[in-house]
Amino acid sequence: MCSVCGCETSDSLTSSFVQPVQKEPRLIHLEKNLLEKNNFYAECNRARLNEEGILALNFVSSPGAGKTTLLVKTIEALQAKQVIKVVEGDQQSARDADKIRASGAPAVQINTGKGCHLEAQSVGKAFDELQLAPADWVFIENVGNLVCPAEFDLGELCKVVILSVTEGDDKALKYPHIFRAAKLLLISKIDLLPYVDFDLQACIAYARQVNPAIEILTLSSKSAEGLERWFDWLFQQSQQVHVVE
Amino acid sequence: MHELSLCENMLSLLEESAQQEQFSQVLVIHLLVGELSCVEPEALLFCFDAIKNNTLAETAQLVIENVPGRAQCQACAIELKVHSFAECCSACGGILDVVAGDQIQIKFLEVC
Repeated sequence: MCSVCGCETSDSLTSSFVQPVQKEPRLIHLEKNLLEKNNFYAECNRARLNEEGILALNFVSSPGAGKTTLLVKTIEALQAKQVIKVVEGDQQSARDADKIRASGAPAVQINTGKGCHLEAQSVGKAFDELQLAPADWVFIENVGNLVCPAEFDLGELCKVVILSVTEGDDKALKYPHIFRAAKLLLISKIDLLPYVDFDLQACIAYARQVNPAIEILTLSSKSAEGLERWFDWLFQQSQQVHVVE
Repeated sequence: MHELSLCENMLSLLEESAQQEQFSQVLVIHLLVGELSCVEPEALLFCFDAIKNNTLAETAQLVIENVPGRAQCQACAIELKVHSFAECCSACGGILDVVAGDQIQIKFLEVC
């Protein structure tokens, strides 16, 4: 029991206790969410994106699921009719941003160092650096991680989770937070289905168990199968983002 | 790990509160950590001990109160204990909406 206010602290853990300085203590009822700061910057990002009719998508996945390759293919196919800019997130290196730039789109690389996810404040600064303009699309490629990005809103319209067929088909059950937070599941590398033990129908069922509203597309960046449906989905999302005249 | 980032956010909130409420030292931080919140309490304690030196929370004790997950079935409306977002209603198999246990919140501070 707390010795100051008598509240029950059952099943509680404590840090190492250091003898406090002898002053008159008082209680402050704060009720503050630890993600408040990130949420504030995320809402700033969102307001700016909405005001300018900019489609922003947050791409999340395990490392190696094919995020960068898919973005490159998307840029190559659509950049003649749509301005696309990219925010890249990795612990180290600018290799992914270099690949995006080589495909013709502007990209800003954020290196998180020890960090395992992108946060809204640094993404907002990247938006400044990219000089986002009305009706742009901005793709945010998050750090390869199926856990932490679920917690950190960046101000995007929605999250797109990518799961490749070389991973387990039960990923949604093991990482429910991120699948619940995503609007779209892209099952990638489907050209490899004949060579792996990946149960596509089971994967879809598991994803819908965790998130009944999740939309699902299958595709291969390598063979181009399914890419047109993905492009159609992008244009549908773009129509949801209205430009304020 | 993101517990480090969360601890840094916590210190920012403490500093803001210190200015508003006019205190200079934090003695106790009472934190609610939901079972469904993606936070590992042990990691949070570890990170807090690592970063609190030379801050207003240097002598603070971090007390973590675990909040169990609860969800309500969209189909039959019963409320259940849940341990993850992957669960369905045990009564009818329906989809569950989380109603408690996904927060990471500073409930109160003891300061001077």
